[in-house]
Amino acid sequence: MQKPFAVEAVELAKHVISSEQKLAILADLKLEVPHGERLAIVGSSGSGKSTLLSLLAGLDTPSGGKVLINGENISSLDEDGRAAVRAKYMGFVFQSFQLLPALTALENVMLPLQLSGNRNAESLALAALEKVGLSKRLSHYPKQLSGGEQQRVAIARAFAPQPAILFADEPTGNLDAVTGQHIIELLFTLNAEAGTTLVLVTHDMALARRCQRIVRLQEGKLQDAVQELLQHDGV
Amino acid sequence: MMAFKLAWRQLRSQWAAGEVRVLIIALVLAVTATTSVGFFTDRIQSSLQTQGNILLGADLVVSADHVPNQKYQAEANSRQFKAIQTQEFPSMVMHGDLSQLAEIKAVEAGFPLRGDLTISQQLHGASHVARDVPKSGTVWIEPRLATQLNLQVGDSIDVGESTLKVDAILQREASRGGDMFSIAPRLMMNAKDVQATKLIQFGSRVKYQLLVAGDRQSILDFSAWLKPQLARGERIADIASARPEMKSALEKAQQFLGLSSMVGVILAMVAMFLASLPYVQKSLDTYALMRCFGASKQLIVRILLWQTTMLALLGSLIGCLLGYFAQLGLAELAGTLFLETLPAPGVAPALVGLLSGFATMLAVVWPHLLRLRDVPALRILRRDLGDQAKTSWLSFTPALAVLPGLVLWHAGNLKLGAAALLGLLVLILLTSLIALYAGRLLSRLPSGSVGAWKLGLAGLKRRPLMATAQAVGISLGLMALILLALVRGDLLQNWQSSLPADAPNRFVINIQPAQVAGIHDFFAKAAISNASVFPMVKGRLIAINQQALDTKQYQDERARRLAEREFNLSWAADMQSDNLLVSGRWWQANEHGKPMLSLEQGLAESLHLKVGDILTYDIAGNKLDLVVSSLRKVEWDSMRANFFAVTPPSVLESFDASYITSFHLPVGKEDTLNQLLRSFPNLTVIDVAALMEQVRGIMGKMTYAIEYVFGFSVLAGLAVLYAALVATREERVREATLLRVLGASRRQVTLAILAEFFCIGLIAALVASLAANAVAYYVSVHLLSIPYHLNLLLTLSALLLSVVLVPFAAWIGTRSFLNQAPRALLQSI
Repeated sequence: MQKPFAVEAVELAKHVISSEQKLAILADLKLEVPHGERLAIVGSSGSGKSTLLSLLAGLDTPSGGKVLINGENISSLDEDGRAAVRAKYMGFVFQSFQLLPALTALENVMLPLQLSGNRNAESLALAALEKVGLSKRLSHYPKQLSGGEQQRVAIARAFAPQPAILFADEPTGNLDAVTGQHIIELLFTLNAEAGTTLVLVTHDMALARRCQRIVRLQEGKLQDAVQELLQHDGV
Repeated sequence: MMAFKLAWRQLRSQWAAGEVRVLIIALVLAVTATTSVGFFTDRIQSSLQTQGNILLGADLVVSADHVPNQKYQAEANSRQFKAIQTQEFPSMVMHGDLSQLAEIKAVEAGFPLRGDLTISQQLHGASHVARDVPKSGTVWIEPRLATQLNLQVGDSIDVGESTLKVDAILQREASRGGDMFSIAPRLMMNAKDVQATKLIQFGSRVKYQLLVAGDRQSILDFSAWLKPQLARGERIADIASARPEMKSALEKAQQFLGLSSMVGVILAMVAMFLASLPYVQKSLDTYALMRCFGASKQLIVRILLWQTTMLALLGSLIGCLLGYFAQLGLAELAGTLFLETLPAPGVAPALVGLLSGFATMLAVVWPHLLRLRDVPALRILRRDLGDQAKTSWLSFTPALAVLPGLVLWHAGNLKLGAAALLGLLVLILLTSLIALYAGRLLSRLPSGSVGAWKLGLAGLKRRPLMATAQAVGISLGLMALILLALVRGDLLQNWQSSLPADAPNRFVINIQPAQVAGIHDFFAKAAISNASVFPMVKGRLIAINQQALDTKQYQDERARRLAEREFNLSWAADMQSDNLLVSGRWWQANEHGKPMLSLEQGLAESLHLKVGDILTYDIAGNKLDLVVSSLRKVEWDSMRANFFAVTPPSVLESFDASYITSFHLPVGKEDTLNQLLRSFPNLTVIDVAALMEQVRGIMGKMTYAIEYVFGFSVLAGLAVLYAALVATREERVREATLLRVLGASRRQVTLAILAEFFCIGLIAALVASLAANAVAYYVSVHLLSIPYHLNLLLTLSALLLSVVLVPFAAWIGTRSFLNQAPRALLQSI
């Protein structure tokens, strides 16, 4: 049964111990992302955007509070339990592409499909690569592809298993402006087609504006980012 | 199935990307070394077995001083074996006025059951393999007997009360052998004629033999049935006793081969460990990503297990195949060690190779691969996570358990294995200590004035663990190579010097005291040098420490025989130059005449004798007490006259003695020998030239075999060095790139790399030289019983090569990266 929120953070806290001092990165954070919403999380460098993303995706464990994915509390799960939730619901696009250098483009896209036990891994991966326009680069290794091509492979990999939620961490951060623009178009087009919930972490306001909602992470808490939008639009 | 598919796909890609290459090469080398030496040793041992049987004339021989129990032969017949009997006894034989002691052998049809007899019609004519035994009424005689009795084929010879016809000259009897000093020339006759000679009476010294032949397993079953039935005076002749003079050379060669294969395996294990470090490092991102995409720990373990299995299978199969081909070459070099070609190898070495490949992979690589199970998914966002090698000491436990097992098994000798392991341990500890201490020392250097040199040395303190692992790896590789080079040199030198071109090839026995001066004169006139004449007095050991000797106390068959037989006691003022005093002391000039005794070490060990024991000998009815004052090591394969028991002068002179001498007779000077025999007709000359050629041939072939196996070890050593260099290449390139981005010139970066590896090479070579020399000393002196030579040249060369080649190789490995623009590197790392 579908729960009201795809992603939900309740009183989420994360702190680290540094030089015997407790440093709070996130404190008492609350976030609700309805199904199908496109959410951008913005914030300055070091504000904890990536930490929040890692907690929401179950890549890390919070110091306090909990994260619910489709109503399921993943913070109480062990590492394998969280991995299973990721396999079931999530896709990822990273700033540094994170393609496996030893695998070809096709094999990279097939990997998450295989991990979730999908029997049609190859045909789905082929279809996904075709959608991102790389059907002629199937057997190329990452080092034989340009940065933009590598990110397209990563996008194909993210969408191929048709995840309910897509986490994207600065997806254009390593690309030049023109290539970045192409990637954004591709990402949002595919997202719209699939109706995937998107959680996007970026400091690029132009990119954030493509989302339905923007929140700003500041001093460990989230707030609506209307002010930023106004500034960005020159109002 | 998913785990298998993923494992296969990844492995295939990693193979294509070259990431598992070093690992596979190391494994292939380990298995190749194991199987090639295994195959070869297997064939050598089979050959020894076959040759031994030929030397025995059968697959199993029961020797007895009485007619063996008839039920033995009945049992052998009932088991469908071939079984015949022979009798051997010494007797005077005559032709006209001439007489000579002969070693008579009476044989039944079918003799020998293994091997053959070669006969000829002329003394020096063409010979051929005999199809049968001497017919009734005829005999075959050895050339020596023909010469001494002036006999030709067709002549008659008196044997006891019979007159028999010489039907052929017996040129070669493969199953001859035994104690060369008591050998009289052979006369072979048909067993049917023995009774008529009336030579065998009550109390005659006759050696009866029951010869049996059948397939190997049935013979072993028969032997097991037979052993408990044997009565006193009956024994099963074994192969080891067939050719003792060759055993020593072969044993040493086999020990060296064992040492080489052991070193090869150690090196390959080290190479695999070193190769697994960058492999694991490179795989961290892969498994972090897989965790991110939802792979469970269990799935990752399954994938890793499949990969390990596939790698082990691939490496082991290739290794087995290469091992098989390598031993073909080895066998080709060794050629026909005795009489025949080597038998085909068995399948056991292949199975052992596969097994050791899997064991090594699981013990050395698997525990480190298992680290990948615990890599956090968060590494995707934070690359520092899971990066530090949290290598628990527990992960070394399987390797530490398997390594001694493999080492001891390959060494085939507890002492050798233990010495090697101890050497390894000391080396690892010492190198680690020095490398870590060097790092700590360098950390005290002021951090300013960053010259290229200091930058390089700082690499040691930035990567203390990796630098230590590298230094240990390189040190191990070097130690193994230096050790093998040292022992190989000692062994080959020892062999060459033990059988020089002018080694004695003729023994003369039966020299009477009155003839000694004449013999000396004869040798002087004939320009034969180095012909020492030794006295021999026959005595029987009857008591040890005043307790009557009970030979039944010796469990060991050989010990019992040694105790029962007559000793050839000799005396000498000085110890023979090729003997080595191992305990006690040699007598002084003022101790001549004292009842002291120097024993051969092996004999003393067999009979449980030590310095200080009092031995009582019965010499021609007189009792003589002698106190053991020293133990000597004797090189029996030197072919010189040597004695188990030696006293000081003026102890045995009052007893009847005969003398023995040995000398080198150059080819073509056989006339000299005939002159000697004409001047002293009572002498018996034993020709060991052919035997020496055989021993020399074996040593020559084993030398090739040793060089060949040494070559493998060199390869394994190079693999270790390569793996050690590759282990930190990625990190080094990353650092070098960063330095270049920050403005360091290519020259500065190159110097930094050279400086770091100069230190690593120096530390490694210093410790390796010390450890290798220590282990080589132990192996040479205590295990192979050959003198150890401090090879300063080799040691210094290794040191020099290490400090030059290690930095050079490291520079070669990173040179291509240094020539690229930093921007390109930043993208690729």
